[in-house]
Amino acid sequence: MKNKFSKIIIFGFVISFLSIFWLGLKKDNSYNTKDLIGGKITNFQLRSIYNSDLITEENLKKNQFTLINFFASWCAPCRLEHKYLVKLVNQKKNIKILGINFKDKKNNAKTFLNELGDPYYFVAEDTDGKASILFGIYGIPESILIDKELTVIKKIIGPIDQEKLEEIFRLIK
Amino acid sequence: MILRKIIILYFLLFTCLQSKEVKIDLIEIYKNLRCLVCQGQSVADSNSDFASTIKLVVEDQVKEGKTKEEIYDFLISKYGEWIVYQPSLNKNNFLLWFLPYLILVFGGLIIFFIIRKSKHNKAN
Amino acid sequence: MLSNIGSILILSVLSLSLLIIYNSYLDLKNNNQLIKKSIYSLSLFQITFTILSFFTLIVGFIYSDFSIINVYENSHSEKPLFYKIAGSWGNHEGSLLLWINILVLFSYLFLIFNHKHNKKFRLYTLIFQNFLILGFIIFLLINSNPFSSIYPVPLDGLGLNPILQDPALAIHPPLLYIGFVGCSIYFSAAIASMLSEYSGKQFALAIKSWVQISWVFQTLGITVGSIWAYYELGWGGFWFWDPVENASLLPWFAISALMHSVMVLEKRNTLYEWVIILCLLTFILSVTGTFLVRSGILNSVHTFANDPSRGLYILLFLSLMVFTSLIIFFKKRKKEIYSFKSSSKETFILANNWFMVFFLATVLIGTIYPIFLDVITGAKVSVGPPFYNTVIIPLVIPFLLLMTFGPQSSWIKSKKKTLYKTFYILLGAFIINSTLFYFFGSFGFYSNLILITATFLILHSVIDAKKSIKNRKTFEYPRIISHLGFGMLVFFIGINHHHSIETDFNLKVGETKILYGYELFFENITIEPNKNYKSIIGDFKITDLKKNYTQYLNPEIRVYTNPETLTYEAAIKSKISSDLYLTMSNVTRSDFYNIKFQNKPFMIWIWISAFTIALGGFVQLILKKNEK
Repeated sequence: MKNKFSKIIIFGFVISFLSIFWLGLKKDNSYNTKDLIGGKITNFQLRSIYNSDLITEENLKKNQFTLINFFASWCAPCRLEHKYLVKLVNQKKNIKILGINFKDKKNNAKTFLNELGDPYYFVAEDTDGKASILFGIYGIPESILIDKELTVIKKIIGPIDQEKLEEIFRLIK
Repeated sequence: MILRKIIILYFLLFTCLQSKEVKIDLIEIYKNLRCLVCQGQSVADSNSDFASTIKLVVEDQVKEGKTKEEIYDFLISKYGEWIVYQPSLNKNNFLLWFLPYLILVFGGLIIFFIIRKSKHNKAN
Repeated sequence: MLSNIGSILILSVLSLSLLIIYNSYLDLKNNNQLIKKSIYSLSLFQITFTILSFFTLIVGFIYSDFSIINVYENSHSEKPLFYKIAGSWGNHEGSLLLWINILVLFSYLFLIFNHKHNKKFRLYTLIFQNFLILGFIIFLLINSNPFSSIYPVPLDGLGLNPILQDPALAIHPPLLYIGFVGCSIYFSAAIASMLSEYSGKQFALAIKSWVQISWVFQTLGITVGSIWAYYELGWGGFWFWDPVENASLLPWFAISALMHSVMVLEKRNTLYEWVIILCLLTFILSVTGTFLVRSGILNSVHTFANDPSRGLYILLFLSLMVFTSLIIFFKKRKKEIYSFKSSSKETFILANNWFMVFFLATVLIGTIYPIFLDVITGAKVSVGPPFYNTVIIPLVIPFLLLMTFGPQSSWIKSKKKTLYKTFYILLGAFIINSTLFYFFGSFGFYSNLILITATFLILHSVIDAKKSIKNRKTFEYPRIISHLGFGMLVFFIGINHHHSIETDFNLKVGETKILYGYELFFENITIEPNKNYKSIIGDFKITDLKKNYTQYLNPEIRVYTNPETLTYEAAIKSKISSDLYLTMSNVTRSDFYNIKFQNKPFMIWIWISAFTIALGGFVQLILKKNEK
């Protein structure tokens, strides 16, 4: 009897191990952002690239929706996504975009915006990149969509394309 | 004779208990953080942009006087538990820490019973 | 053309495996004491064709035959010859062919070197080993064929990852594979033993040398891998508890445990069941390790290009192996009666196995826990060095003590007298530790205990060595050498871990940094073109302020074009007492360079210790050969 029991346990163990390996194969290894959704963004204070104006999270409460977009003039995918950001603010009036200029030189950023358009209602500087860590950023371009209460609705890793733009449209209705 | 040995042992054992003063070691913290954009490297080992930014943030926090735990907690709140290589003791990781010792005890018991049974067999 | 030859050779090996299985099965029923000659011939053909197929692949690499996809993906016409050859096994498909070569090689060698043993046992071993060979060949053919061809033929290849272009890495896979593929033979032998009921001391004698060979090569393979990581990867570490490293360590624990238990089986004809379990477990762990590494299920620095379809096949194969062994084991096991005295050598060996299983379990749990947690709860955690160090290090202390006391005990029953002398040696270890204390500064509590017990083992081994040489007990040399090596390894790793100076800072050309008694002057940057890369070399003048001694270190950043990658070459000055280690990487979009400067005591001794451990096993094999 005891023998039968231990045999069943051992077979059970082996089967569950192998099943979990099998299930593990199907999982996607890349970073998922689903557990960031629902949280609030951090308290922050950033300076503008144009003058000595400051912006904090309090200011963002005035917007119905805010898209916090990390970008830089030296970042090729940022150039690609930029036109979608311009589209966003032109087509939707209930969302504002806060641009955070990551590890960049102010003049280069200004040239970038002159060339490709300026969708931002505020452009903050993050010369050493430290602010990006406050927002849990991996790299650029990366964007965080928040609502009036500063709750994270979506985190977009990588450049925004037509598909992601349409998803933002849906989320901010 | 035996007493003398024990005293010497005690005295020498005492030397073991001297421990090094623990300052906050930046490199130790870097080694415990995963570079999230790399394939399996720590922030200490990685040359990536992400790693250098994290190093700056950690340096700042150490200068502000934060403890190691506070720094880890801060980064975990931003990036999730998997940025830290030492899994914390919570309900998710409880099994991880517990199982090896369980196996140790289990193995020890098996050996204990084998020897006990041997004595029993010998007696028969 | 080469790709056709290669494919034909592989298909021949496949057919030969089937023929061997069939003929062996028939011969089982034959009451003749000798194995049919035809089986020997088939095996000889099998090994010949297998080696030829590998040779064909190497020729493809040497002559840069880019019609073979594998050569196209992993080589380049401008690569140096040595690395063209090494590139053949430095990729998934080629290394799989190497696996098959070793499976077949061991199958053949086991057949011809085991004349003295039971015929049924040998035939069953051959049959099951060939089932394993079949499994891997089918995997190769349907999923990972190194001989698949491509048309039109590309003009040049994609190149080999420059990090892999290193001599240590060239020999690391072959060494390691002889280790953990070599253990396939005693997996098959274990099943054969159960089916033919050829057990006990004779079985132990049949597999003993094979266990030792795989153990020596596994130890060497792991050591060379660590040496490569230290010299090439640029972070000054040699062990990171990375999943791929763990995958090679798991079988090592099992083989070490097995090596000791086989001794008990041979000398006292007991622990048969446990030896079978270990034999089965070792190769199962090897295949599990391969699964973890090649399927992409884990995140690691070492990964081959990942492909879940490979993972699925390996998982299927693994499941077959596990279920077959379990079923046969449960069907054929007989109850064993144990008679161990608490202070006998058998009990100490049991204790060794106990600890080995604990270490194995810890590393296994740490490695696969993130997978389990992710699948069951979706949470992602990282398990890294802090976990393994915290769990394993304290247990190394009693393990070292057992390693010292164990060999002093005798089979069956020990004398109490031997234990008293040992006490004095332990005292000696304490005194040495206190002395070290004054030279090196204080250690932590655990570190102290580790150094004491390691010193204890070292001292005792040296004293044992003197005694064995005096009494001409050559059979004790292997054990003394390996245990001494292990003590040394723990000792030097302990000091190194505690007294490494590691720094990380940013510097511009022309700047100086003073820290930990060293002055670093970043003199210059020079750019040098090379055969297949461009070098950016940093000139650093390092002054040891205490000894007033200056030396130059030149770390490099290498910019490769095929494929486009950057590597960071560390500048290392190795001395008997310590290594000076410097790496440099550029901080993007700035004039700064990120510098990692390290002083690592006793690095060379760590490698010497690891090689000493392997040396013991090697000496054992030579002694056995001389016996004959």
